[in-house]
Amino acid sequence: MSEPFDLLRWRPQPFLPASDARDGSLIFVVAVLCFLACLTALGVLAGDRAARGWTGQLVGEATVIIRPKNGESPDAAAARAAETLAGVEGVSEARALEREKAYDLIRPWLGDSTDLDDLPVPRLVAVELTSKAPADKAALELALKIQGLDAVVDDHSLWIKDIKRAASLTRWLAVGVFLLIALAASAVIAFATRAGLAARREIVEVLHLSGAEAVFISRLFQIRFARIAATAGVLGAAAAAGAGALLRMAGGGEGLTPVLPLAWSDLFAVLPCPLIAAGVAALAARFTANALIRGLE
Amino acid sequence: MSRNPHDTVIPDADDAVVRFDDVSMRYGRGAEVLKDLSFALSPGSFHFVTGTSGAGKSSLLKLIYLAARPSKGLVHLFGRDTSELDPADKPFVRRRIGVVFQEFRLLEHLSTFDNAALPLRIAGRKPETYRSDVAELLAWVGLKNRMRAMPATLAGGEKQRLAIARAVVNRPDILLADEPTGNVDQVLALRIFRLFVELNRLGTTIVIATHDQDLVARSGRPVLHLDDGRLTAMDPEGGGA
Repeated sequence: MSEPFDLLRWRPQPFLPASDARDGSLIFVVAVLCFLACLTALGVLAGDRAARGWTGQLVGEATVIIRPKNGESPDAAAARAAETLAGVEGVSEARALEREKAYDLIRPWLGDSTDLDDLPVPRLVAVELTSKAPADKAALELALKIQGLDAVVDDHSLWIKDIKRAASLTRWLAVGVFLLIALAASAVIAFATRAGLAARREIVEVLHLSGAEAVFISRLFQIRFARIAATAGVLGAAAAAGAGALLRMAGGGEGLTPVLPLAWSDLFAVLPCPLIAAGVAALAARFTANALIRGLE
Repeated sequence: MSRNPHDTVIPDADDAVVRFDDVSMRYGRGAEVLKDLSFALSPGSFHFVTGTSGAGKSSLLKLIYLAARPSKGLVHLFGRDTSELDPADKPFVRRRIGVVFQEFRLLEHLSTFDNAALPLRIAGRKPETYRSDVAELLAWVGLKNRMRAMPATLAGGEKQRLAIARAVVNRPDILLADEPTGNVDQVLALRIFRLFVELNRLGTTIVIATHDQDLVARSGRPVLHLDDGRLTAMDPEGGGA
């Protein structure tokens, strides 16, 4: 049975099949890995922000314990200390805590039954430091000494050291997990690309034996698999950004935000994912195609 | 046709398009499938390669179309030692060789027309410079009405003729055909043979591997006969010895 063929309207068909049943599973696998990698990247950013928040809060504060002497009342000594500290450069605010607050702080150790009024409970002064050039412990101690106040300054340095270490560890752990997932994703993308290309070995052979140069063949497959991986990368990144947006919206003061402080701007971190996936797939396709062709020589 | 069944033919043709010098070949660490072959094919010659199944006919063709390397000896193509060919030059040498594979090796996602035009596209020719030539060639091999058909819908003989069209579309200097009449009836086999004769008249060197002794006998063409990988006969009229 004859088929009409219009020579003038003929256009060459692509060297590779436009689509393949195997592409669907490849896209799914790569998209899932991209989703996981992007989600981890968002976790890294949120973890980093949380760690910065913890240390930032501690660095900006100091607590001063006032022990009244020479018959001065505890309240008067605390008020004088607060006034003195407020005038120190690098201090934004100094506030004497009420007696009840000091009692609240030691009650867990002494219990409710103890009559705290009989004890020489020291007064506390909460000091907020400026974020730029905050006053250090020595400056605060010197100002209090000049005013003849018996005081102990706690600039939280002991805590800050531990918190900073914990924050740094958290950050590096998150980066490590991200790198592991990104590497695993890259390896699987490369493996899936190799499998996809091996399945098209027949096409490689025919092109090769028809006189196609190795670079021509590998470019065909590079473009093909880069396109597939980029599509999968877009799907995975979009899903991760959507999940991030949901977490952000489910946040707020009482929600996830305090635990996982994700900013809207963090969602842009998923943008390079399709490009990276495409790059990895293109490289894998190139190496695999070249290896296949070398095997045919 | 005279044969000397026990002597390996020593070539003396300096202008040979194909020249084997004491060539042996093995796959991996296996036994030798070709042993100490020496012969030469002149430009425009027409040879059959015969032998029983497993005698090494396909392996010999593979060495010529650069799909395999000899484990010993030298293969010269167009006067060049193939062992010294730069990998970047090999594709250009392959473009001078048309191959009709035993199993056709058509690309299933391309139409008849696109399969036939494949070597021209690979060579970087623009469609407007070759589409009428391809159409003419397909008409010549009797596929004028099947240009849009996909390989899966073609009959065995049609696939065979398409494979031949693809092999010759680039006007190769050498045409190699591996059992080109193995899947067709005698009428079609004769028709295909006439195609090869026609191409040979146009100057193409033809090498056909076949076990179709009937076709060989009727053609009167020179024969390279392989027996367990050894070249046991070559007709001197072939121009190679």
